[in-house]
Amino acid sequence: MNLGLAIREALESVSANKLRAALTILGIVIGVAAVIAMLAVGAGAQDTILGSISGIGTNLLFVFQGNLQQDVRNEQPITMADVSAMRDEFQAPHIQAVAPIVRGVANASFSGESTSPEIFGVTPEFELVRNYTLIEGSFITDDNVNGLASVALLGPEVADKLFGRRELITGETIRIEGQPFRVIGILEPKGGGSFGSQDNVILVPLTTARVRLLDRERDHVDVAYVQAINAESVPIVTEEISQILRTRHRSKLGEDDFTVYTQEDILSVAGTITNVLTVFLGGIAAISLLVGGIGIMNIMLVSVTERTKEIGLRKAVGATKKDILIQFLTESSLLSLIGGIIGIIFGWLISFAVGRIASASGTPFTPNVSLNAVLLATIFSTAVGLFFGIYPASRAANLQPVEALRYE
Amino acid sequence: MTKKKDVILTSGIEKVYRLGEVEVNALCGVSVNIKQGEVVSIMGPSGSGKSTLMNIIGCLDRPSAGEYFLDGEMVSNMSDDQLAVIRNKKVGFVFQNFNLLSRSSALLNVELPLRYAGVTEGRRERAIKALESVGLGDRVNHKPTELSGGQQQRVAMARAVVNNPAIIMADEPTGNLDSKSGEEIMKLLLNMNKEYGTTLIIVTHDQKISDRTQRVIRLYDGLVVAQ
Repeated sequence: MNLGLAIREALESVSANKLRAALTILGIVIGVAAVIAMLAVGAGAQDTILGSISGIGTNLLFVFQGNLQQDVRNEQPITMADVSAMRDEFQAPHIQAVAPIVRGVANASFSGESTSPEIFGVTPEFELVRNYTLIEGSFITDDNVNGLASVALLGPEVADKLFGRRELITGETIRIEGQPFRVIGILEPKGGGSFGSQDNVILVPLTTARVRLLDRERDHVDVAYVQAINAESVPIVTEEISQILRTRHRSKLGEDDFTVYTQEDILSVAGTITNVLTVFLGGIAAISLLVGGIGIMNIMLVSVTERTKEIGLRKAVGATKKDILIQFLTESSLLSLIGGIIGIIFGWLISFAVGRIASASGTPFTPNVSLNAVLLATIFSTAVGLFFGIYPASRAANLQPVEALRYE
Repeated sequence: MTKKKDVILTSGIEKVYRLGEVEVNALCGVSVNIKQGEVVSIMGPSGSGKSTLMNIIGCLDRPSAGEYFLDGEMVSNMSDDQLAVIRNKKVGFVFQNFNLLSRSSALLNVELPLRYAGVTEGRRERAIKALESVGLGDRVNHKPTELSGGQQQRVAMARAVVNNPAIIMADEPTGNLDSKSGEEIMKLLLNMNKEYGTTLIIVTHDQKISDRTQRVIRLYDGLVVAQ
């Protein structure tokens, strides 16, 4: 018996029991729709997160104390002297700029309003390295840094919270940890980042932050932001920084007491995390597909029992085991294939709706229904039908004609 | 009478059923031979083993012991799938309760053996011809539920002969029909035997039917008592 005929017979017998077929298909529809939607949401989240990380700048490196891979004794902190060495054109020709930073959280208040943004102690290079622009005022100068000036630049979110506006704030005096700071400018919004808001910050001179706000030891730096002259030279810069710091810290070979982190490292970590997220979501959705498959098996078993006599008759007129097996497998795969196709449409609709809801609530985020996910869902759902059809079909195929014919 | 070959030849067929711990001997050494073109009825009280014998002769079941040759082929030790092919090619069945596929039209029911035989060319035409030969040329696309009992049995007969089998096995073919339709069916069956020389084996309780066959095989307690 050829496949076209088998499919026609399967369609006939499926349509003979429309409600039952519809309910069976529903299980697969839900499973496939869930898989498609979850994979799409996962892929969309990945795109958004990786996009916003790339937005920070691909030629940026971060240098901080400590080794994440192994324990190293006598860790030495990154100091201003290290920073000066990295700025040396002869030792590190591929470094464009180095911005030393101390960072922490502090309370800021103005006439009864208060907020706890992140405080960055920075030098003038920070403006260049992070590519900040200002709504008004001017950036922190070397004079501010050298003179431990009590001046501050406010991020737009901080300005919103303390003043309820983003303009005409320069010259006002706010209090940070109770100490008065004069506002010298407002930062342009940088938009939502995935690592907390980049706009909920206050920038103060490095020295002022170290002494008055964050209580760091003299000359110590939490992080150095290093800008390479271009994206291609990032690996060379990594090597240059490592050379300088190894010499200066006299660290043993293979026991670096510092870490150089590049955008690429962060991207790959974030990529790994979002991949795990996608697999996790997809896995949960796959469970519902499995449940749908069990539904198919259940209904096929009922169908085999109901049609015992029909199977006996088919065998009496010459159907071989293979013929019967193909008949029932075609039927179960057909059920799950139909469910898969409807499920793909539903899944696409769901992810479209998720995207709309996300952008309505202010997070621009586009779920991504990939062709791979569609193919995967189609193949997987048909495979589920085949797999869960095997047992009922082989039961049908192995019925003895005499007993099947006698069955009432 | 010219010497015709045996289309069915069994020697010492036994069949043992196992019902839990108890073994039941349904057939205890049955040897029959039926010649090509013969019309034979198998009779016997219930429990005599006539259904078991019919199942074995129709290749639906295998004997526990003994040998069975159908149309010159030894079929008593064939596998399930080999038996399926034999049934398809050599045996046509007519059952008491018709056993038609209720969802399919008369035509598709008659086509079924051809489908399993892998016939693609002229399948439809052969099925229509078979339906015409039983007088149902105008009911080709009717479903079994739209046909009377006699008509349904005629569809079953068209299905039985569509593959030109060597033997037709009819199991109480008139048992579910009124006397008028039963008579029509009997006439058709005997007619097929006359026209195509198909061997006809009828299992029945009915003395009136067995009177019309050339020979009666009587079974009692798993043994042939007359043939």
